[in-house]
Amino acid sequence: MTTFMSRNDLFLFLGFTIVVLAMPIWLAPFGAGYPDLLQRFMIFGIFAVGFNILFGLTGYLSFGHAAFFGVGSYAAVWSFKLLTLDAIPAMIFAVLISGLFALIIGFLCLRRSGIYFSILTLAFAQMSYNLAYSVLTPITNGETGLQLTLADPRVLDAAVGQTFVGQPVPTLLGQQLGGYAGFYFCAGFLILAFFIAQRIAGSPFGMMLKAIKSNQTRMQFTGFNTRPYALSAFVISGMYAGLAGALLAVTDPLAGAERMQWTASGEVVLMTILGGVGTLVGPVIGAWIIKYFENILSALNDNILARFWSFLPEGVADVVVKITSKFVGDGWHLTLGLAFVIVVIFLPGGIMEGVRRIAAAFRRSGSSSAKPSARTQPAE
Amino acid sequence: MFEVIFLQFLNGLDKGAAYALIALGLTLVFGTLGVVNFAHGALFMLGAFCAVTVRMFLTMETVTIDPEKLSPWGAPLEVREPLVQAWLGDFGAVLVNYSVPLSILITIPIMLLVGIGLERGIIKHFYKRTHAEQILVTFGLAIVAQEVIKSVFGPNPIPQPMPTDLRGAADIGAWLGMQANVITYPVWRLIYFLFAGVVIGGVFAFLQFTTFGMVVRAGMADRETVGLLGINIDRRFTIMFGLAAVVAGMAGVMYTPLLPPNYHLGMDFLVLSFVVVVVGGMGSLPGAVAAGFLLGILQSFASMNQVKAIFPGIDQIIIYLVAVIILLVRPRGLMGRRGVMEA
Amino acid sequence: MTILKRGLSRRRVLQTGMAGIIGSGVAPLVFTKGAWAQEFCNNPTGDTVVFGLNLPLTGTYAEEGADEQKAYELAIAHLNGEGDGGLLNVLQPSALKGNGILGKKVTYVSSDSQTKSDVARAGATRMIERDGAIMITGGSSSGEAIAVQGLCQEMGVIFMAGLTHSNDTTGKDKRRYGFRHFFNAYQSGIGLAPVLGQSYGNDRQAYHLTADYTWGWTQEESIKAATEALGWKTTAAVRTPLGATDYSQYLTPILNSGADVLILNHYGLDMVNSLTQAVQFGMRDRQANGKDFQIVTPLISELMAKGAGESVKGIFGTSNWHWNLQDPGSIAFTKSFGAAYGSPPSQAAHTAYVQALLYADAVERAGTFYPPEVIKALEGHEFDGMGNGKTLYRAEDHQCIKSVLVVQGNESPTSEFDVLNVVQEIDRDTVAYDPAIFGGDLGPAEPVPMCA
Repeated sequence: MTTFMSRNDLFLFLGFTIVVLAMPIWLAPFGAGYPDLLQRFMIFGIFAVGFNILFGLTGYLSFGHAAFFGVGSYAAVWSFKLLTLDAIPAMIFAVLISGLFALIIGFLCLRRSGIYFSILTLAFAQMSYNLAYSVLTPITNGETGLQLTLADPRVLDAAVGQTFVGQPVPTLLGQQLGGYAGFYFCAGFLILAFFIAQRIAGSPFGMMLKAIKSNQTRMQFTGFNTRPYALSAFVISGMYAGLAGALLAVTDPLAGAERMQWTASGEVVLMTILGGVGTLVGPVIGAWIIKYFENILSALNDNILARFWSFLPEGVADVVVKITSKFVGDGWHLTLGLAFVIVVIFLPGGIMEGVRRIAAAFRRSGSSSAKPSARTQPAE
Repeated sequence: MFEVIFLQFLNGLDKGAAYALIALGLTLVFGTLGVVNFAHGALFMLGAFCAVTVRMFLTMETVTIDPEKLSPWGAPLEVREPLVQAWLGDFGAVLVNYSVPLSILITIPIMLLVGIGLERGIIKHFYKRTHAEQILVTFGLAIVAQEVIKSVFGPNPIPQPMPTDLRGAADIGAWLGMQANVITYPVWRLIYFLFAGVVIGGVFAFLQFTTFGMVVRAGMADRETVGLLGINIDRRFTIMFGLAAVVAGMAGVMYTPLLPPNYHLGMDFLVLSFVVVVVGGMGSLPGAVAAGFLLGILQSFASMNQVKAIFPGIDQIIIYLVAVIILLVRPRGLMGRRGVMEA
Repeated sequence: MTILKRGLSRRRVLQTGMAGIIGSGVAPLVFTKGAWAQEFCNNPTGDTVVFGLNLPLTGTYAEEGADEQKAYELAIAHLNGEGDGGLLNVLQPSALKGNGILGKKVTYVSSDSQTKSDVARAGATRMIERDGAIMITGGSSSGEAIAVQGLCQEMGVIFMAGLTHSNDTTGKDKRRYGFRHFFNAYQSGIGLAPVLGQSYGNDRQAYHLTADYTWGWTQEESIKAATEALGWKTTAAVRTPLGATDYSQYLTPILNSGADVLILNHYGLDMVNSLTQAVQFGMRDRQANGKDFQIVTPLISELMAKGAGESVKGIFGTSNWHWNLQDPGSIAFTKSFGAAYGSPPSQAAHTAYVQALLYADAVERAGTFYPPEVIKALEGHEFDGMGNGKTLYRAEDHQCIKSVLVVQGNESPTSEFDVLNVVQEIDRDTVAYDPAIFGGDLGPAEPVPMCA
């Protein structure tokens, strides 16, 4: 085992696994211990881990990753409709299709770098979104979203004589995947996705990707063709997105075009940056924080705030409630935007860098001077 | 058929002017400061809300509740009296009627301050960072700006009526000596077109014919040499950022009668303006203008039924399709300088 | 165990493999809480019962969403015996007592659906799983309604649709757990066509602009069929994306297309934008084929008419309900709503309020929250007093059959809310139709699915 994985990596992986599997228990006190949100934690965790393989390792900032996420969802739902309600074929199908899609788009986009790459990915994703919304309606069911119906053919299910009563839902070997079963299903994939990402980052291939980030031109001067490496990263990352999209369709069998919009692509960028780009755990934490905010902050209202601030004197409490209410409920995006700006300005390494700095400060607690890490240049 | 194509072309010019105007400010910032400003759409939106605010002040009313009478839905009847008319009489009514064009006067100083404040406060620290980080910080700022506007003005759009004299359509065909009532176009859209032309021309003239503009252009070409000559290029660049904000803000103000502004107006235009800039060539002013018109006209023609019958859905993707093709075939865009962000 | 129960309730044998390991290994640690206590999703065990309000508070239909929220808050207050009781006093027959539902106080949670189906569905899931909502209601787009009622069928939670006008909601995509009080595009067509024929003649060329999603398509289809039956011709039907802002490139081709009527199959902000822009293009001052050019908005509400301002004057459309109706139900609701919020309610608010009451009434009549019983109580239920005359909740497709209003933009409004006039009330026998024409399958009510 030690030759296969370094001790640190092994601990990180095991720790991560335990934290993930125990989520229903330790998140319950935070009001997040319900299956739908837990599933989303897993799904967007996978999405962010995959995005980080591209952005974190190679430095290519894609603003169109939601397209692969959406393609994964559509592919999975079509598999449910045409083949079988079992989740495994749907996942395989979705990952393959989104990988193929990523291969084509990546091949074209990677001919450019920097902002041009970002705009190209954005343009492709917006085209996919707009088409899914309009002329591709026969495939995507447009704005309503693609749903399962009783009348779907499901040839494989029909072949083994399986029939269904009520609204069809995805299954795994006959077991339904709603609720906590769905969570553990997704959690298994997140752990697997994390493991693979960990292996990639530590492999020679991963080193090559990091080299692309630090200086692509120099790589090319040394006679290295970087394109196949970047393209592999792009495709892997697209397949991660497709996997996440497929899981979202497994836990809730509807595929809507909105999940392909550029704002959805922007969200995964936010997740990765907030958590810590280039780190393994960071993007997952970023995804969890954003999804937690989205579900919990957005549900706070004036009454809850009033109770929270009730220890303050009356007049003050009213003012404080009024101010804080702008940052929760419908205004939670404001909190997110502010947090994001602050992170980008002061903590370019995201939350993970904050954690590192705090850890470093503790370690040096005896010594007198605590120098900020050399990597960052905080704004004056 | 001629009149159909002519109208569609006119519509394309009208759209193109709007695109060019938005892209102009974006490319000014990129060309001078080298910063990729994802908050540019937000500046456009802030400008639009300057107009909303001005109108709100102009249409302030005193509300007296008449407890004797009830409205048909059972609430006490409110009697509203507009304050401006009460104070200024007919002149007040004229002010309210022309609130949109008037707000430009107030928008210019406000947006200048916003732009300069933004540059001095945040953007300037990002000159040396990567483009990706510039995108991220300005994207974050754009989110903050739109959420602030949302929490102040609410999520719904606030209609800004155009002056009564400028409503309705003008019969352009008749002006040009053609058959009447065939080629008509809304007056306000024609005004917007002229306005965009004047602003674009003004910016070009400013850069071309003033000493300030000359220095800025020199700085765009070679910032360090200009700095070595003892010229404070930074301050001029700051002013250029302010200018870009003013251009975006004015565009926003004049757009309000066409589209009631709401908080995500900026995000709606952001992607589009980037596509225009990239198609034109990053940092090229004439490129941005040309790309604006090109995309406007293509968008307009792609929406025709005859075209859609051949390429279904083309009206939805034409802009992105053109961007993709141009970027793949000619990476520096239509008129980009060789070597600027080329890769 | 939740998992075991769900497996067994479907008469499926739990199989080995990953699910089995999960079920027997990790699951018992976490699933024990309340799993056996309920036989159906979110069976209220305390002294409160939670409604899940799924409302578009941002996006294209945000104004409708905000008005629906007010109506739900009012309905919940009335159900709990607060306020003036509103329509509780006029519903006939009524089992409502004004002490909550089955003695349980009604509370609510809400979620912003952003006028997006995907988000609406996520919000509904959250409210069912996290907040224990017994019933989901609301929505202002048919896309949302269809997406959410599919989910509710899957979860075993009743969905009382808010404003949704697509034929598909109770047609092709109908569900056993979904109910709609609002009328649909087909009924708009039946109601509107004769009035259009009378006012504009039977020789007209119509040009459709259609919002590109389920509602737009069905409305275009229904209005096209109804007007073509009058003898009108359809010049073209053009799809525009939902939430488009600048319609100019779609409007210019109309000017010289030979059409003399523009039919706007848009709603909410889309309609406000497309209508004002069409008027800016001078369409209402135009002549075509020797006739005055006309604009028709088949589905229109007070909120949109208010948003469009001057542009809406004289324009025909249909509505589900109008606050200026003079029956006791409408008067009572308008009064109650006006007193609470200082403005008259919109049709969206009305349908939302009525749906909340009808659900509560059905539960009272069934004597249980058990969804299949509530469904039975709603199916085929006939009631009166809610402002639309005698109304039948049809069992075949869960569509309310009631009278429909043809309205026209008010030429001389007396207040900012007095923007629409009721031209004609089409009685329900005229707008009733055979539910079989739209196909679809409700699916079974039992076995009742179990949410997590």
